[in-house]
Amino acid sequence: MEKKISFVLNGKRTELLIDPTETLLWVLRNQLGLTGTKYGCGIGYCGACTVLIDNEPVRSCSLSAGEVADKKVITIEGLAKNGKLHPVQKAFAENDALQCGFCTPGMIMNAVGLLNKKPSPTNDEIISGMEDNLCRCAAHKRIIQAVHDAAIEMKGGK
Amino acid sequence: MKKRQNKISDTGFSPESSSSGMKRRDFFKLLGGGIMIFVQPWKMIDLIDSPAEQGRSLPKDYNAFLHIAEDGTVTCYTGKIEMGQGIITSLPVMMADELNVPLEKVKIIMGDTDLCPWDAGTYGSQSTQSFGQSMRAAAAEAKVVLLEQASAQLGVPVSQLDVRNGIITDTKDPKKAISYSQLTKGKRIEKFLDVKPAMEDFTKFNYIGKSYKHSDANLKVTGQAKYTGDHKLPGMLFARILRPPAYGAKLKSVDLSAVEKLPGVKVVRDSDFIAVVSENRNKSDDAISKVKAEFTIDEIKVNDRNINEFLLRSDTTGNVVRTAGDIETGRKNSDKIFESVFYDGFLAHCPIETHTALANIENGKLTVWASTQTPFPLQDRLVREMAMSRETVRVITPFLGGGFGGKSAVEQAVEAARLAKLTGKPVMVAWTREEEFFYDTFHTASVVRVNSGIDNSGKITFWDYNVYYAGTRGAETIYDVPNAKTISFSKSRNAAAAHPFSTGPWRAPNANTNTFAREVQIDIMASKAGIDALEFRLKNLKDEKMIDCLKAVADKFGYVPAKSPSGRGIGIACGSDAGTWVAHIAEVKVDETTGKVNVIRIAVAQDMGLCINPEGALIQMEGCITMGLGYTFTEEVKFEGGNILSKNFDTYQIPRFSWLPKMDCVILDRKDKPPRGGGEPAIVAMGAVVANAIFDATGARLYRYPMTPERVIEAIKKK
Ligand code: FES
Ligand code: FES
Repeated sequence: MEKKISFVLNGKRTELLIDPTETLLWVLRNQLGLTGTKYGCGIGYCGACTVLIDNEPVRSCSLSAGEVADKKVITIEGLAKNGKLHPVQKAFAENDALQCGFCTPGMIMNAVGLLNKKPSPTNDEIISGMEDNLCRCAAHKRIIQAVHDAAIEMKGGK
Repeated sequence: MKKRQNKISDTGFSPESSSSGMKRRDFFKLLGGGIMIFVQPWKMIDLIDSPAEQGRSLPKDYNAFLHIAEDGTVTCYTGKIEMGQGIITSLPVMMADELNVPLEKVKIIMGDTDLCPWDAGTYGSQSTQSFGQSMRAAAAEAKVVLLEQASAQLGVPVSQLDVRNGIITDTKDPKKAISYSQLTKGKRIEKFLDVKPAMEDFTKFNYIGKSYKHSDANLKVTGQAKYTGDHKLPGMLFARILRPPAYGAKLKSVDLSAVEKLPGVKVVRDSDFIAVVSENRNKSDDAISKVKAEFTIDEIKVNDRNINEFLLRSDTTGNVVRTAGDIETGRKNSDKIFESVFYDGFLAHCPIETHTALANIENGKLTVWASTQTPFPLQDRLVREMAMSRETVRVITPFLGGGFGGKSAVEQAVEAARLAKLTGKPVMVAWTREEEFFYDTFHTASVVRVNSGIDNSGKITFWDYNVYYAGTRGAETIYDVPNAKTISFSKSRNAAAAHPFSTGPWRAPNANTNTFAREVQIDIMASKAGIDALEFRLKNLKDEKMIDCLKAVADKFGYVPAKSPSGRGIGIACGSDAGTWVAHIAEVKVDETTGKVNVIRIAVAQDMGLCINPEGALIQMEGCITMGLGYTFTEEVKFEGGNILSKNFDTYQIPRFSWLPKMDCVILDRKDKPPRGGGEPAIVAMGAVVANAIFDATGARLYRYPMTPERVIEAIKKK
């Protein structure tokens, strides 16, 4: 049942001997120790488990490990470069766009995916792009602002 | 009289007997020298969360302390926890100001039963107003000690000394100066705070009143912040537990044969407590789905549709909690009388982090990491359930992924501890979202009957208020009414007996229910009197804080008076919670064909006394407004036959980005007043302000939340 799976994880080639039907979320968290990716619902409804696969935001709770074979996976841990926060991370911190912080990694990954596709989103595009990520502490207002700020910074020569 | 020189041993406090785990003596040895101030806050402040209420007698020693180390570092040890409300940021701010030290010098250690003194738990917006105040007093006391020491060393009277940035200077001769670390070096001073020292004058604050970003933000945006489920111990097992399909179900038979064959999975059983464990979470998830179990179901008759009627029948005597004047006289003096009944259902907490715990037993000592708002009551519970002594049970509270009152019950931690004992390995229990809904301690469904009257001048003549199962938080009349009576039918505490499920506090427990009933009733009377809703309130209020908030919010909103329903869709509501006063004005748009309501904008004014961290307070207000839209529009736990039908976020909708109104929040400037709670107040009037705005838009009155499209249409049809 176990198979060798190879993919690029946060810029590093990674090989696992694993049952390819295992859920990616738990593989990341347990086998690979990347606990920044969170479980919130397990059925694709909250976005806490969002990671980037080939630059697209995807819910790792609804994906099997086999499905990322030969792909590029980025988790929240792989976003900062050389200790420098990604503009979206920085904007979240500066805007106080979090309270308990549990939804935050998923929010950030989803926002990065959104900005990859739409570098200058309108307010409505941010709202619809973030709509399916849930935050119970209700930091929504500041999250929208953070995405705006990040968009500006990313265009400004970044 | 001030007692200053108390040695710890003089106060009956023995370093051996501690209210928590590690022997005090060991811990203090670990701390080294410096100055320690122990706080007995109940001597200074009426603590709402008194230990007696929690089933533990008042600790004889203290419940907080402050340590100034030999290098001048200030550490505040508290049993409170951080769950997003921001005390990890605001408590150090208060300490820094009181002691006049740089903010970087202040550390905070939270929610560890071995290191921190006993605390009832983190809820009720109490962290800043009562606990924070006692820590400020401790800091003030520490400063007195330091000044006395400095005075002796410098040969200068205390009155002539000044402190800046942790350095004490002679105001007459600035060359005479000594730092906190010089003063604490090689010393060991222990003080017992049992009087309330004069605290720093607000005009001298360096940090309080300025805005601070979350001090934990960097950890949280990089995924480095460790929540309970992020911990890992060697050999750790992930457990999944066999759950009944409904409340009241009993295990009849179970077939574990398929699971016992699975590689890497073990079955653990202690009579009806059955779990599968594996070092691989995916494998335990898979295994639990293969357990074949049959249950006998003793079907519970009550469901989400008949719960309110059921509650009305459950208690018919009630407790009179307040009376003024005479209701009958009031009735006689009335020109118009109004009788209304208001309803709400069960609400789930839905923290995005589900209940999680990791338990490990090593050398006879149980350590539990748990997502809990109540580490010390959890320690007590574990001591009981595991038959261990308090010294051998330690609870550590990592970051919490939200609580909202829902993480006071701690079943998952007991499960993890039992499994750690049964397997001899560290065990992680992380509930699935379905388990989280099933075992949540819901906000209780409730009913409020209000009868009231007005005279021809628009003055309220009587207020006859009957609340079923929602208790009295937020049930204050607020308005100036000569004849009033409040009866509470069953306290929320006893509701468990009547409810099919466990119930418990939910952000601003029950104040949402009571504020909804009161403020909608007020709106009904204003409208029938033909008086603008703001004017009607001001006419019937004497409470100055409430009046100020209403005026401030009207100003912020740009409110123009009109008789309701005006067709504009503007509503007002106000209330108080946790010592803080709030007033809301909202504008809604109602689609009369679909029943869909959108809140376009909302203004909120809040009087919370001294505001320690204005930015943090604003975040809490925005959070309250946004979260409040949930119970207002969609949140209601569905259940039938003992089964919880709301199982995940597909069947239980919480607020989303597209729901957001434009928000304008004002915090009234009250620097001279003690700080009050800020984590809950702004949520209490959300249901009422929206209901009143819907009435203003359509003339349709809603008596029940959530105000779903179906209920809005029904109300429009009825008008
Ligand atoms: S955990 Fe994956 S979407 Fe909720
Ligand atoms: S910050 Fe707590 S859930 Fe979003």
